[in-house]
Amino acid sequence: MKQDAFERKYRPVWEKFEHWVSILSHDHRRLRVDRDLRLAIAPQFPALYRQVCHHLALARTRQYSVALQQRLNALALDGHRHLYQSRASLVGAFGQFLTSSLPSTFRKQWRFMLVSAAVFYLPAIAIAIAIAFKPELVFSLLEPAEVAQMESMYDPANSVLGRERESDTDVYMFGFYIYNNVSIGFQTYAGGLVFGLGSLFYLIFNGLVLGAVAMHLTLIGFSETFWPFVAGHSAFELTAIMIFGGVGLMIGYGGIAPGRKKRWHAIRDQATAGMPLVYGGALMLVVAAFIEAFWSSSTWPPLTVKYGVGLSLWVALALYFMLLGRNGPE
Amino acid sequence: MLLDTTLNIGTPEGVELKLPAAGLAPRSLAWLIDALIKYVTIFVVMIVLSLFGKVGGGLTMVILFIALWFYNVLFEVFNNGATPGKRALGLRVMNTNGTPVDWSGSLIRNLIRFVDVLPGCYAFGCMSVLLSKNFQRLGDLAAGTFVVHDPGKRPLPKPNDAQPVPLLLPLTLAEQHAIVSFGERASMLNRERSEELAAILSPVFADLDAERLRGHASWLAGSGRSA
Repeated sequence: MKQDAFERKYRPVWEKFEHWVSILSHDHRRLRVDRDLRLAIAPQFPALYRQVCHHLALARTRQYSVALQQRLNALALDGHRHLYQSRASLVGAFGQFLTSSLPSTFRKQWRFMLVSAAVFYLPAIAIAIAIAFKPELVFSLLEPAEVAQMESMYDPANSVLGRERESDTDVYMFGFYIYNNVSIGFQTYAGGLVFGLGSLFYLIFNGLVLGAVAMHLTLIGFSETFWPFVAGHSAFELTAIMIFGGVGLMIGYGGIAPGRKKRWHAIRDQATAGMPLVYGGALMLVVAAFIEAFWSSSTWPPLTVKYGVGLSLWVALALYFMLLGRNGPE
Repeated sequence: MLLDTTLNIGTPEGVELKLPAAGLAPRSLAWLIDALIKYVTIFVVMIVLSLFGKVGGGLTMVILFIALWFYNVLFEVFNNGATPGKRALGLRVMNTNGTPVDWSGSLIRNLIRFVDVLPGCYAFGCMSVLLSKNFQRLGDLAAGTFVVHDPGKRPLPKPNDAQPVPLLLPLTLAEQHAIVSFGERASMLNRERSEELAAILSPVFADLDAERLRGHASWLAGSGRSA
């Protein structure tokens, strides 16, 4: 068949297809065009799409002109995009994510979580012990100015606790914690791409600072202000950093030991497998920022209440990751 | 075509879809436009919110956070894989299997951006784009996505309406193909260029001009005959 005849014969099909794609695609969904029309079209769409694919293949083998091939290619691409897009509804997916895929992914990747926790907490404990014996070691890790700033934050003489509180600045601090903490989390995650080294660095570094600050403030007698402040949000914040580190290590492991896959395929698969944990970690850091800004800084609750809340959040989080989503789908 | 930047996407229907990959230059320009939009917006928001004291300061931080980490993700998911900068340059992010990029893919490629930026000025990202087969930066490789020139809606060019002139020379399919393509593109070229292109064939055809070649093209495409 000559090209002109081919075009004349099938042009109506292509125009119909173009029209259908535009009706079915996103742009129209927002405009709420005729629902019935879309429902009527949807079941017939794949057949029409296959026809267009067939025409594209014909146009190529018969060496019809470039313009025609390009047009059919664009049509088929639109159809492919529409037909094979993922259609998970966000709301339903979120419930499923919270009750099932987050905790079950966590358990499935427990090795990485364990390594991440070890790399995070062991340096913290080690430096804390070291500083307990040689208090001046804190200055080997932090600048004197930083130490002074930490001290001024948790000075029992202050009426509010935390980072530089002057007046009622809870919202400000909420914003600051989100910006600062979630960014650290994301960096810990992304650093994993470099064979896990970036994640290891952030985990160890943050662990060391954590241990050093905690022990230093305890030694100089600020424990009454420091520990009640961090108790509330510690569960969410520390666990989230550990999770981000763990997912970073997952990606790094994909690069180091791709097994029988291509290296980039292994990395991609590891990144995809770890995605629920990234969502979860970000969510936990937002929760932690909320607690830190609005609860941790308050001085009115008695110490027992603050410790109690902190402890119960740790327990709740542990139970959540251990128990939920055991029977649900992956 | 050996030196070809076209990506081939295999489909279950058995045809390969072809897409032109976007290289470093258009992607950098798109990034520049996005950066301008992002920072101008942040600047304006900061000025406005600074009127609201500490609460405004907190909101600024939240917005700064969203703008820096989620600007690309939100646009890529809700705007058919294109941030405003990419849209301006006709680019689009998609999964390597040709489907639209989803939350996970977009989030992975944009979080890994943190590594692409290292050690400065997107050095890792640029190297990766230049070295990888499909012009992918590290985030793209980890997420299984790439950036392509969006073919978009491409209307057929004006049909070749020249009077068919029979061509009595045996030509291969590729040669016929070239002549038919010329016929289609002739309406988009100016006269001098058409003549220039037609002159390439002067060793083969005697007294050939662009008009006559269009006629041959029309004849080869089969116009004027019944289907």
